[in-house]
Amino acid sequence: MSTDARFDGPGPDDVFAVALAEGRILLQHCRACGATRHPPALVCVACGSADLGWIEPSGRGTVYSTTTVRERDGAYNVAIIELAEGARLMSRVDGIAPEAVAIGLPVTARIVVEPQPHLVFQPVGEWS
Amino acid sequence: MNALRGKAAVVGIGSTKRWNAPGRTPFDQAQEAAVLALEDCGLSLRDVDGLFCSISSSGLPVLNMAEKLGIRPRHADGTMVGGASFLFHLQSAASALVHGLCDVALVVYGSNQLSAGGKLVSMPDPQPYEAPYRPRYPISSYALAAARHMHDYGTTREQLAEVALAARAWANLNPDAFARGPLTRDEVLASRMVSDPLTKADCCLVTDGGAALVLTRAERAKDLRAAPAYLLGTGTCVSHRQIAAMPDLSTTAAVESGRMAYAGAGLGPRDVGHVMVYDAFTITTLMFLEDLGFCAKGEGGAFVASGAIAPGGVLPVNTNGGGLSCNHPGMYGLFTVIEAVEQLRGSAGARQVAGCEVALAHANGGVLSSQATAILGTSATL
Repeated sequence: MSTDARFDGPGPDDVFAVALAEGRILLQHCRACGATRHPPALVCVACGSADLGWIEPSGRGTVYSTTTVRERDGAYNVAIIELAEGARLMSRVDGIAPEAVAIGLPVTARIVVEPQPHLVFQPVGEWS
Repeated sequence: MNALRGKAAVVGIGSTKRWNAPGRTPFDQAQEAAVLALEDCGLSLRDVDGLFCSISSSGLPVLNMAEKLGIRPRHADGTMVGGASFLFHLQSAASALVHGLCDVALVVYGSNQLSAGGKLVSMPDPQPYEAPYRPRYPISSYALAAARHMHDYGTTREQLAEVALAARAWANLNPDAFARGPLTRDEVLASRMVSDPLTKADCCLVTDGGAALVLTRAERAKDLRAAPAYLLGTGTCVSHRQIAAMPDLSTTAAVESGRMAYAGAGLGPRDVGHVMVYDAFTITTLMFLEDLGFCAKGEGGAFVASGAIAPGGVLPVNTNGGGLSCNHPGMYGLFTVIEAVEQLRGSAGARQVAGCEVALAHANGGVLSSQATAILGTSATL
């Protein structure tokens, strides 16, 4: 078999998930234009290049948009976070009432395990 | 102008108007709509050689429909982009007709969403990067867009309420609308919050339904039973799947689909006398009116609050009552075209827009993900 070596190895979702399970956040980064993207994929969303690598982002970001989901058993936050490195992702902001999450709020990431590991955010300076 | 302008026409329309029909499958609804649309124009199933179909609960809708209708289409398109699918089909059908891939195109849809359980029948399309956060699908995605629109442009819940009120006022002129009767601003504003800032009153209905269109080339259209609604321009665009991947949450790809449709038609927003925009939620009406150029970006809230889109306003919008008050079987797009054709034919009864020559139908799919615009006109516009 002759495969294209650029795409050999585990796929990008797998790379991200394995790192997250080890407690590390990875963010895809385009070696051609510098854009970041999440969720991971095989090409750069900004320039179309297939030359993507990984960086460990700062974990800092701001709330790009937010909603409070009202279920019978309580309300919770769902937000879109814009990372300092540029990519946006769906997540939630903990450590603050769901309605108090506002667009522009500075937040920082952490990994929670419930039971799968995933990224959540907390207002900057308000977490222990 | 586009090579397809005026070359194909919607010659038959069918709507089952069975918004709550227990005991009927989506394919029952779709077959009935197909029969109605063919009878509307005087063609038969034997004439159909192009089949365009999308059904939420079926992975292979074209195959099922062809079997049930007993047809052997030589051209087919099962493009599935959510509620906008049928306007993608419309563009594809016009192209197929003009290029001789088929002679009679049937675009068809059916749903039993209400009677099967009253929830959106969602396609098998898991989103592992959204699921851990439990957004309610699809409302939380639209709520995130609405919140961003409010942040960027100062849009208010009171302005969104005007969209729901205008839809109900039109529905009250449509005997076939599912939700009729008085609706007050206070009732809308006091409605239960579901995903901030959207309440139950900001959400479309959940209904059953079936709809179909028959299209032919223009020269054949002239000889059929009803006045043809000529396809003057179309445009489609897909921008994302998950809401977090939408480049700008307060501006949709309707900007692109609209630009293409206007360019194809050689017309602009000022030439359009009747507008149908896919109102899955109140915020979508407002955003599409902006993105299609009926008001400036960010002024949708003030525009609808002025009474512009309600009966008697400057721009008749969603005159059937829309997804908010007429019907919404899950993928509503086809109904925007059906109402546009009714208005162009002059057959819309108490809600008829006087002298309607050019109508614009716009559909949305996914979570503001796919956008499709069609501009239709009477023979006077050719």
